[in-house]
Amino acid sequence: MTAAELENVAEIENAAQASYRHQIRVCAAAACLSQGSDKVKDNFDKEVERRGLNRDCQVKCVGCMGLCAEGPLVAIDGLEKMYQNVTANDVSEIVSSLETKPVERLVCSTDAPFFKRQTRVASEYCGLIDPERIEEYIAAGGYQPLQKALTEMDPQEVIDEMTKSGLRGRGGAGFPTGLKWGTVAKARSGDGRKFVICNGDEGDPGAFMDRSVLESDPHRVLEGMAIAAYATGASLGYLYVRAEYPLAVKRLKIAIRQAEKMGVLGSGILSTPFDFKVDIRLGAGAFVCGEETALIASIEGRRGQPRPRPPYPAEEGLWGCPTLINNVETFANVVPIIRNGGAWYAGIGTEKSKGTKVFALAGAVKNTGLIEVPMGTTLREIIFDIGGGIPGGKKFKAVQTGGPSGGCIPEQFLDMPVDYESLGKVGSIMGSGGMIIMDETSSMVDVARFFMEFCQSESCGKCVPCRVGTAQMLDLLQRFIDHTATGRDLALLEELCDMVRNTSLCGLGMTAPNPVMSTLRYFRHEYLEHLQPDRDAAPAAAEVTA
Amino acid sequence: MTPTAQVVTLTIDSKQYSARTDETILEIARQNNIFIPTLCFLEGLSGWGACRMCIVEMKGSTKLFPACTTRAAQDQVITTDSPRLRQYRQTIIEMLFSERNHICSVCVSNGHCELQSMAQKLGITHIDLPYRFPKMEFDSSHDLFRLDHNRCIVCTRCVRVCDEIEGAHTWDISGRGINSRVIIDLNESWGNSETCTTCGKCVRVCPTGALTRKGTGVAEMEKDQDFLSYLRMMRGVKS
Repeated sequence: MTAAELENVAEIENAAQASYRHQIRVCAAAACLSQGSDKVKDNFDKEVERRGLNRDCQVKCVGCMGLCAEGPLVAIDGLEKMYQNVTANDVSEIVSSLETKPVERLVCSTDAPFFKRQTRVASEYCGLIDPERIEEYIAAGGYQPLQKALTEMDPQEVIDEMTKSGLRGRGGAGFPTGLKWGTVAKARSGDGRKFVICNGDEGDPGAFMDRSVLESDPHRVLEGMAIAAYATGASLGYLYVRAEYPLAVKRLKIAIRQAEKMGVLGSGILSTPFDFKVDIRLGAGAFVCGEETALIASIEGRRGQPRPRPPYPAEEGLWGCPTLINNVETFANVVPIIRNGGAWYAGIGTEKSKGTKVFALAGAVKNTGLIEVPMGTTLREIIFDIGGGIPGGKKFKAVQTGGPSGGCIPEQFLDMPVDYESLGKVGSIMGSGGMIIMDETSSMVDVARFFMEFCQSESCGKCVPCRVGTAQMLDLLQRFIDHTATGRDLALLEELCDMVRNTSLCGLGMTAPNPVMSTLRYFRHEYLEHLQPDRDAAPAAAEVTA
Repeated sequence: MTPTAQVVTLTIDSKQYSARTDETILEIARQNNIFIPTLCFLEGLSGWGACRMCIVEMKGSTKLFPACTTRAAQDQVITTDSPRLRQYRQTIIEMLFSERNHICSVCVSNGHCELQSMAQKLGITHIDLPYRFPKMEFDSSHDLFRLDHNRCIVCTRCVRVCDEIEGAHTWDISGRGINSRVIIDLNESWGNSETCTTCGKCVRVCPTGALTRKGTGVAEMEKDQDFLSYLRMMRGVKS
């Protein structure tokens, strides 16, 4: 496929879409599907067919529109007019109203802060295009950045643009993406092979950013990987997706097939000498495989266990070759950066954290769902304006960011801007973008125990501090839950937190104490309340019952 | 020496040493009689970096690095001993003792156990951590050897020696986290193993009383690990 042919595909698709008077977009991402959006889509098809509106109305499945709490969502003509909680029975009414006034009782207010306060970069096409049709992606401008990179830029210029953008790894650690690409590009490979890996092993409880991007806009990730491969000199890529995301895997497979057919993936991409193939590898459900060296071991067919770094994968990764590993969301940001330039991207966000970040809002918040906001947005804006606050008139207590590796942030930091440094300062991490909001009814000791149980069961067992330390800490936390803990247990817990954090082999162990440490820091009184009742008081209690 | 390796100088415990970039901190330390405690490491087997006993401090980094897998670099400044490192190492030993059922007085390896001698060397007099007392099994189905999970510290020396030296790969790990344990083939009993060559290397490299020769009584199970360096010399292998 040449540049002209690419444009041709876009033109034909745009003309086809313009021929419809109305476009009905039904969300077909996992959350809405679970609410029956597939039946809604079927009914729309039938209804449009019955009324003979096939030429006027296009009904299509699209990706995530964000407000998962109110799904299934249906958008009419763009994303301005939206219906929420649509059932199969509402379809006829909606089709009747296309030319008249909208159906009041179903209207989803798109003027609400949830929609207005977002800046969509990585998720710009989510909810707009049909993820199973490459033509729609191309019509929206897709694969033009790849073409631009291949024909107008040399690899170093692509890397420079990434460096200029200030993009940092969206997997959680925040390593500068341009620097990582530059390292892989510089690294010498014994046999000339280099690899690009996309880490889609999203495993944090309550996090679904990557799943949503993969389900809603798979081509964007493939294109980002192709640009990265061009910049670093790789010709084979692996998409490591967890097997728990069957829909994402299905859509990726379709996307790869379509992209190869179109000649934007495979050999001789866009009529240039550049080759890049992508294979999918499924994770078998181990959280630790999100750690890059464990992920590489898993792709190699070995047990998913991390190994000490250095050497980093950028030098010695998959099969000993230089390997670039980036997260799904990182790759999703590549396309807009190449299209609009690194300087444009660097104009969004804060001084040290550039661009936007996708967050998954979950827990005690009205608008659970997926949002994308500029870095530096405050927690208060995210939780109370965009998230709509705490349901049931309850009081906010804490927000947990970064999943099992993160910490609980209490109320006094609500006005803190969300960026890598600020979150680190208060004892949490950016992580992949999960945000679990907790109201006053949550017990912080329970929360700490929940995450420790998660880490304990997900520890691979290779290094002693994580294998034994998480189990010991879980036992200690259980004592607090059972009100049998003593002051000695509290001291021991704190000692173990420090030791496991500093001596573990990989990020899982190093960050496993974070939920405990942050809750100890801000909610210490709750731990103290869970201590064993005073021994002297015990006989008195017994007397009362007697 | 690999062709790309360079000779560098680095500082270990305030003294300067020369090293090659394909050598690990531990190798250099051993060459110069600097003691760094280890458990999962065994000369002649690949580095594993899992027991975390050999962690050292590196100037300019807040992280700790396992000496057994960290390669030397120009102008590195390494500290192998500090109150903090000593405390962490002691806690690791305590963790291992608390993890399973290490009862030295009735163990065939009493007096010849690396976990025991390391605990003595690090001055451990008691275990602060609560013992977990898990119910573990043992496998006596092999004619010559016995596997006792109660004494295993999951250092994977047996896995590595069987794979790397004997080439049988009889051993591996199943389960994860605190439930990790060594298994034979696809979780067979040892006596029924089709891959085990009965060479006994795993028994000789095991640091504790987890793998032992049958017929040994308390404190009778001496281990002999010298064969590894001999094998390496004969094969002309550089680790």
